[in-house]
Amino acid sequence: MIQLVPRQSASSFWQIATPLMAVLATMVAGGLLFAALGHDPLAAIRTIFWDPLFGPAASYSRPQLLVKAAPLILIASGLAIGFRAGIWNIGAEGQYIIGGITGAAVALAAYPAEGMWIFPAMVVAGAAGGWAWGMIPALLRNWFGASEILVSLMLVYVAQRVAAWMAFGPMKNPEGFGFPGSRNLQQYPAAANPELIAGTGAHWGVVAAAVAVLATWFLMSRHIRGFHIRAAGTAPRAARFAGVRPQALVAFCLGLSGALAGMAGLFEVAGPAGQITDKLGVGYGFTAIIVAFLGRLHPVGILLAGLLLALTYIGGELAQLTMQLPAASVQVFQGMLLFFLLGFDLLTRFQIRRRVTA
Amino acid sequence: MMIDPLSVFLLLVAAATPILFAALGELVVERAGVLNLGVEGMMITGALAGFAAAYASGNPFLGFLVAALGGAAISLLFAALTQVFLANQVASGLALTLFGLGLAAMFGKPFEGVKAPPMPAGPLGINWIVWLGLVMVPLVWWFLNRSRAGLILRGVGENHEAAHALGYNVRLTRLAAIAFGGAMAGLGGAFISIATVLQWTEGMTAGAGWIALAIVVFSKWTAAGVLAGAWLFGGVTVLQLRLQAAGVAVPVQLLSMAPYLATIIVLVLISARQKFSRRAGGAAPGSLGTNFHALR
Repeated sequence: MIQLVPRQSASSFWQIATPLMAVLATMVAGGLLFAALGHDPLAAIRTIFWDPLFGPAASYSRPQLLVKAAPLILIASGLAIGFRAGIWNIGAEGQYIIGGITGAAVALAAYPAEGMWIFPAMVVAGAAGGWAWGMIPALLRNWFGASEILVSLMLVYVAQRVAAWMAFGPMKNPEGFGFPGSRNLQQYPAAANPELIAGTGAHWGVVAAAVAVLATWFLMSRHIRGFHIRAAGTAPRAARFAGVRPQALVAFCLGLSGALAGMAGLFEVAGPAGQITDKLGVGYGFTAIIVAFLGRLHPVGILLAGLLLALTYIGGELAQLTMQLPAASVQVFQGMLLFFLLGFDLLTRFQIRRRVTA
Repeated sequence: MMIDPLSVFLLLVAAATPILFAALGELVVERAGVLNLGVEGMMITGALAGFAAAYASGNPFLGFLVAALGGAAISLLFAALTQVFLANQVASGLALTLFGLGLAAMFGKPFEGVKAPPMPAGPLGINWIVWLGLVMVPLVWWFLNRSRAGLILRGVGENHEAAHALGYNVRLTRLAAIAFGGAMAGLGGAFISIATVLQWTEGMTAGAGWIALAIVVFSKWTAAGVLAGAWLFGGVTVLQLRLQAAGVAVPVQLLSMAPYLATIIVLVLISARQKFSRRAGGAAPGSLGTNFHALR
């Protein structure tokens, strides 16, 4: 018989090894799934994980990597901080949508003015919108004890309807021939979030994501607040004696992750998406949860995990085009990845020993 | 416009049915001390599995049976992660929801655009599955409060260390509860696809699983409370649809927020009452959301 013995502290070897094992296991299980659907499993795996970077059409798909990874990394950086403290913001998708709307609102109000101030003001407005949307579950938890998990999630559905209302109502393009959707911000230079270096896909959101990785690393490992967050997550009672105020922590974590998600939404609306539509939310807020876990809630891990999941998006689109794989197979892939990761995680927290019979 | 109170009530009861099933299932799961956030994923799995089986066989009741089996089957993934691999329940539940939504979207493609077989009306012209949902309320109450197995289940949920010390199998109890929750969520999802919308569309459960989770909190972990919560939700949904049909000068998108906003308000009210009321009781099961690992 085998026996699980809890470790005193998480094994650092398995901390790094388990995400890699999870990726491999996902490839194997995904391959089996594709084989069951009647596709060549090796070709499918190659199309998803290899071709976007090195395949024949790589020059088109490679820049997409940063475009897709930036929002994931930006959102996941914020979420990971809350997850460390046991504060579960799972409504980043809603904060992303609201940030996109408030940011775009600045541009649409300023249109057709020109000026260097417009884009920075949009970024601030996007962050503020996401922050405010994140503060709703924070305050409801602090004041009334309502579960931030359920409130933040419910607000995703509310935000989706706000986006639809905006696209069909207040923000509809007056010169759009009656079609839903706002003005295209890519055609409004003062508000656009263009590619900064041609051929890389890098827009201001990529810069923000890089800054977020560095800033959250500093916060978590060098700043007293980061210590409080880690303390609250591992030993809540001890944290209180160390002077941590739980309510302030809830507001900080939900507010920060909301602001980062809101910024991600704004960069998307002003850049790759271009306009407010009812399909503003494309699931980055949910995938970022997987990114945060796969990255072990560590900034560097999140950077790598964000790039990997961005790859699955691009590879998934490619596989849809070339192999007629269903679009949702990417979602299945991402879900499987999280399953395997959570399962293998046993190895970081427990030692497996053979039971000694007395 | 004449409004017949009885017909409005019947609409309300029908609108509440998916949530009622899912929330009753989750109630049993949470009373066993497990927080399964995968309700949405299990509902959508049931919605697709049930619809596919009903469409292929032409028999809607077979569809519901398959939906229950499908919901239970996918819930076992969550059970394996949390009970065998001792993974975090919040993260595992989220994983189940994301995976279920993806899986259903993937396998649902061939079923888009076809219609569900018609359901024969049950007694008093009310759908059989609506009746089943109503019957489940006293059954779940009886099981939790009057049966021996229910007592063990509650013991496991309140204090798993003590239940283990008394010789009860914590993991097996929780495994059974999770599978029951999955089957109920599957039935709830299938009611949406087979009996309400009559077709399959991607993401058609639209947050019903999350609302069910909120209703369990609202119910203060009682079966009667779940019924009240589900009917309250059904009332808001029917009211919202009536207002849309009546052409009220509020955009449709804003009206359709009503169920979600109502859920938040209800959650806040009930949490506030639990936080500020002097009387104890109505609290969550003692071991809710924590994993059990027997060291001896």
